[in-house]
Parts: sequence; structure tokens; C-alpha cells
Amino acid sequence: MSALVVNVTTRQRVLGWLQPHRIVLIAIALAIVVCAAVFMRWDWIPNYAWLAVQGIWRTIWLLVVSVVLGFMLAVPLGLVQVTGPIWLAVPARTFCTIIRGTPLLLQLWLLYFGLGALFPQFPWIRESFLWPYLRQAWPYGVLALTLSYAGYEGEVMRGAFAGVPRGQLEAARAFGMSRWKILRRVWLPQATYRALPTLAGETVLQLKATPLVATITMVDIFSVSSRVRQETFIVYEPLLLLALVYMTITAILVFLFRKLEARIPARPG
Amino acid sequence: MLLRGLVNSLIIAAGAFGIGLLIGIAGAFGKLYGGPVTRDLLEVYTTLVRAVPELVLILLLYYAGTDLINRLMDMLGYPPVDISGLAAGIGVLAIVQGAYSTEVLRGAILAIPQGQIEAGRAYGMSPWTLMRRITLPAMVPFAIPGLANLWLIATKDTALLAIVGFSELTQATRQAAGATKAYFTFFLAAGGIYLVVTLLSQVILARAERRTRRGMPSFAGSGR
Amino acid sequence: MKKLLAGLAVAVGLALGAGAAQAEQVKIGFSPEAYPPFWSQDASGSWGGWEVEIINAICAEQKLDCVLTPIPWDGLIPALGTKKIDAIMNSMSITDERKKTIDFSDKYYNTPTAVIGSKDAKFDATPEGLKGKIIGVQVSTVHAAYAKKHFTEAAEIKEYQTQDEANQDLTAGRIDATQADSIALDAFLKSDAGKACCDMKGYVAPDDEVLGPGVGAGVRKDDAALKDKLNAGIKAIRDNGKYAEITKKYFDFDVYGAEGQTN
Repeated sequence: MSALVVNVTTRQRVLGWLQPHRIVLIAIALAIVVCAAVFMRWDWIPNYAWLAVQGIWRTIWLLVVSVVLGFMLAVPLGLVQVTGPIWLAVPARTFCTIIRGTPLLLQLWLLYFGLGALFPQFPWIRESFLWPYLRQAWPYGVLALTLSYAGYEGEVMRGAFAGVPRGQLEAARAFGMSRWKILRRVWLPQATYRALPTLAGETVLQLKATPLVATITMVDIFSVSSRVRQETFIVYEPLLLLALVYMTITAILVFLFRKLEARIPARPG
Repeated sequence: MLLRGLVNSLIIAAGAFGIGLLIGIAGAFGKLYGGPVTRDLLEVYTTLVRAVPELVLILLLYYAGTDLINRLMDMLGYPPVDISGLAAGIGVLAIVQGAYSTEVLRGAILAIPQGQIEAGRAYGMSPWTLMRRITLPAMVPFAIPGLANLWLIATKDTALLAIVGFSELTQATRQAAGATKAYFTFFLAAGGIYLVVTLLSQVILARAERRTRRGMPSFAGSGR
Repeated sequence: MKKLLAGLAVAVGLALGAGAAQAEQVKIGFSPEAYPPFWSQDASGSWGGWEVEIINAICAEQKLDCVLTPIPWDGLIPALGTKKIDAIMNSMSITDERKKTIDFSDKYYNTPTAVIGSKDAKFDATPEGLKGKIIGVQVSTVHAAYAKKHFTEAAEIKEYQTQDEANQDLTAGRIDATQADSIALDAFLKSDAGKACCDMKGYVAPDDEVLGPGVGAGVRKDDAALKDKLNAGIKAIRDNGKYAEITKKYFDFDVYGAEGQTN
């Protein structure tokens, strides 16, 4: 019985969504896609398919690593700005201001080319155990993207920590919880929950920032599409396909975050 | 050279922000009061722009945009127009900014107390007068925080034009750094310039926000 | 027949050029990056160098109003297609791959391709010598294509937006070697940064299929008029000594290479 009710509402919803003008619009969109598929050049795809898969993998890897590391950095950054001593709060705030006040592209180039230009002055760097990593491009890409995410998300976490009702923390203290335990059991979970909607937005923005690493010789999906453009002199098709790839990843991200939000009960604690 | 780059950056940011604002006003009104087709098309526009990296959009619009315009001119029998890097840069970033400001302004219009608009309608104002006299002025205080954020994004997004070779601040820095090999110093200096622009903007915008908020009840939670 | 048509086109072009009150505008695309001694920028931001002077000489010869238009390197060929620019004169080698998309004038210079690397390492510009090395090249150049074809046993081939950045990473030690035009690399080796870190490893083995017969001006395939004008201009400055005069300012040898190759 209840299944039937659900069915009816779903059907109504679909019908409500599929108004006549939408059907026309979808038909036009499909026609454009078909035209693009027929009249544009796609014969290069098989040659670059494997490279593209590797590029997509690299992009997603970079996104996940920098978001996870960046979030781990953002929590203390937000926390010390709300409750920390001044000698921690001021540097944290300065860090967030600098990251948010300058373009990521510039930060990336400063780290990669700027630091690189300093290497010849310090020959011992080449003997150090870090050298095999310093030689490659990806550590700089990961570092720049992580710091950037931490800067933006640190600001969000600051607001989230400050937004948790005082009463909650006082109640926890009345239970005799230690400061560490309050943070772990009450404060952090509630702040994270508050930050979750912006977290989704910030992560999509982070995805949109990843193609910048192509300028420091990292081979992500953006750089694969540039390579196709340069080797075949086909201009639009690789870019259109690239836009489609990013839209798909964005859609998946939004979907995953919605699932995550739905899993967490509306009234935590 | 850095200064010339800075001027270019600021011109583009201001141009893109201004045109983006116009697109945003039109878009917000279209989304709220437009017909079903307009609303769906605007939804597609804002979703697309917000899901695709700015860098990809810039490349697509920079090459495809000028190509399309020239083909259109060709079809209409006009000679191809010469689109300068400056104009193309402003145009591309304006389209990106327009999508974001559509959303900001839509939220701001929705935040206007409904009674004000109804009162205007009761006075027999035409929709155009209503928009000019009531809706636009009344939404400003609600829109300013979001728009301030967009302005800061605009100044930073101009750096992306370096990748299409436009000589704004980041590209000028890159050239100067390449010529002198002092990469670290120059990139650091450019970072300082961007930071100054951001901080100055923040001061000015905060003042503007306070001005427009005069006489309004303070929002719960915004007081410290 | 073709020659007659081409001649006719030139005549028409010249007549039009002479008839018009002002010379027609030709937008010359170049990538805004230092590539000394062919391209360099002074403190005020204006461009000079051997290739700039050659462009100006050719344009003056043909009474073309040439405007230098900056476009990033990898956007040059697309920009030619979309009429953002009318010709590419930016040390672009004439290759079969590029000729599928655009047309070229006759060559106006041709210099050998070389490899440079860190002073501390001893190796040759051969596939064996570069085995296991990290090589940096500029994207979508003949050098990138050559390295990918011949130095297959290199540890990695890194592609940079500009040759400047590849040189920079060579001094930083992130790459072991870079391959590019020998003259451009020579200019880098003579700079302070280049002197300190690197030396010449030698010329690469010739491969005309990839490296092409030399550098020419890229034009649209349907723009035979401009191509003929540029060819006439190149020939004229070769004949009247202007080419030699400019070259003497920058080099102590003739960069034109072997005579008699036309395109």
C-alpha cells in the first residue's frame, strides 16, 4: 500500500518536472549533442583514451589528497582562531588572509618556480633525502592546493566552531569531560556538521582549481586535453569533452556530499 | 611593468565585475519572474558555469567566443571584428561572474520583505518603476556581502588570463621573473600587490556595507 | 598554371596594396616570452631581437603594416585559424605535421638543434647518452616531437609552457637536460645562470621529417596572397643585403642555412 503511494508521488514528480517546454528544450539539447557527435571530429579519442584515464585518475587523486590534508589542517586553524592563545590565533588568521587574498596560480608558481630558483644557491639541498621529491612537480601541486584549501576551509571552520551553542559545551563540561574529550565528542562533530554544506561547495571549487597544476608540468586531465589540442590542432572538441569530464566529476561530488549529509541525523548529539 | 600589469588586472576585474553585475541583475529577475523557458535556460547557464573550471571556460570562450562572433559577422556580411585581448578577457570573466552574481542577487531579492514590493504594487507602480525604485535599492544591503566576495574572486581570477598570454599582473610578473631569473622575489612581490588590493577592497567594502545598513535592524547573530 | 595564378594573386595583391591609401594591416602572432637572441623584451616592455628586425624588414619591403600580436605559443595555430592573427613568425619550424593544418612561407632561417645539461654530468646528445635522464622541452615544438620519437629511453620527458621555464628548471636541477634550438640555448649558456650550471652536450642527429627544413612564417591555407608577399619579402631582403646586415648584429655566421630550399 505504502509502495503504491510512493509510486504515485514519484510519477507526479516526474510529470511535474517534464512540462511540455522542458521536453522541447531537452529535444533541442539532444539535437545539439547529436550534431556535435556527427559533425565534429572525434577520431582522436581512441589514441588518447588511456592517457585520458590516467589524467582523470591523477586529477581525482590530487583532489582527494589535497582535500583530506587541507581539512586536517583547517580544523586546528579554525580552532586556534576561536579559542587559542593570541600567539597562535594571529598567525592562523594571517595565514588565512594571505591564502585568500592572493591568486592560487601565483601561489603555485611561487612554490614551484620561486623555490626552484633558490635551489642553486643551496647545493646541500641536492644531497638531502628530500631531493627525489623536490625534483618532481606533484609535491608542489599537492602542497599549494592543500594550503589553499586549508586557508579557505580554516575560515569556514572558524565560523563553525564559533557557531556551536555555548550551552552544549557547558553541558559537556558539567558532565566532567576533559577539554580534549569535549573537542572530540561534542565540539568538533557539531562544527563539522555545520560546515558540511560549505564543505561541498569548497570541494567543487577545489576541483575547479586542480587544472592549474598543468602549468607546473603535472599531467592531469587538463594537460592531457592540451596535449591533444597541440598534437592534432583540434581546438574545440578536446575542450568540450574536458568540460563534460569536469561536470561529471562535479555531479558525482555533489551526489556524494548529499548522501553524506543525509546519513548524518539532523540533530546531532 | 608590474604596475602596468596591475592596471590591466584592475581594469579587467572592474569591467568583468560590472558587466557580470548587469548579467546578474537580468539573470536574477529572469529566474524569479521570467517564463518557464527563461528560468530553465538560466538554470542551465548558472549550473554549467559553476561546474566547469574557470580555466577551461576561459580557453573555450577565448578561442571559440571570438571565432563564433567572427563567423556570425561573416554570415551577416560584415568584415571580421578585431577583439582585443582586453575585451576578450573582460567578456570571458564577465560571463563567469554573471553566473555567480545571478545567484547572489536572486538570494538578495528573495530576502526583501515581501510587504515592500506589495506596497509598491498597491501604489500602482509599473514593474519597471517597481524594480528601479523599490527592488533594486532594497536588495542592496542583502547583496553587498555576496558581491564583495565576488569582487575579490574577480581580482584573483584575472590571474587565470596569464594562461592565455594576456599581460595582466601575474603574466607580467612571470615575464619579469623570466627575464631577471629572480623568480622568488618577483612572485613574492606580486603576491604582496594582490594582498594589498584585497585588503584595501575589504576596508572599502566594509564601509559601504555599514553605510547601506544604516537604519536597518541588525541581524541576529551578526552582532559581536 | 598554378604559378600563373600565384603570380596573378601577387599582382592583384600588390595593385590593391598600392591602390589603398594605407598599407594593409597584417597581424603577426608571436608568443610573449623571451627567446634570445631572436626575441627579447627591454625594460619598457617593447620587443626586439633578430626575428623582430627580420619581420620589420620583410614588412617594410612589402609595404605591409605589420602589428605584433601576443598569443601564447600553444594557441598560435588555433589563433591563425580563427583569424585573430594573419601570420605566425615566431621561430616556428616548417613540419609536415603542421602543414596538415596551416601553410608556410619559405624558410627564413635554419639552425641546428642541440641538447644542454648540467655540468656535473657527462653525457652526449644521443639516445644512449640520455637514457634514464629527465629531459625538459617546450610543449608542441619540434623538439618535443623529436625527444618523444628518439629519446624513448629517457626517464621522463617534461613539457613546459615556455623554454625559459625549462631552462629555469635545469638550473634548479629538476631536469637533467633540455633540447631546443642551438642558438637560443647558446644565449642561455652565456647568461650568468647558464654559465654557473650547464654546458653544451652536442647537436642531435638530424631528422628532417620531425625537425623540418627550417623556420618559416605560418599562414592560413587559403591566404596565398600573404604567403607570396612574405616569400617575396624574404627573397628581397636576402638579395639586397638587409638580411646579412641584421644578422651581423647578432651572429658571427649566416643563420639562413643551406641555400635553395623552398617550400
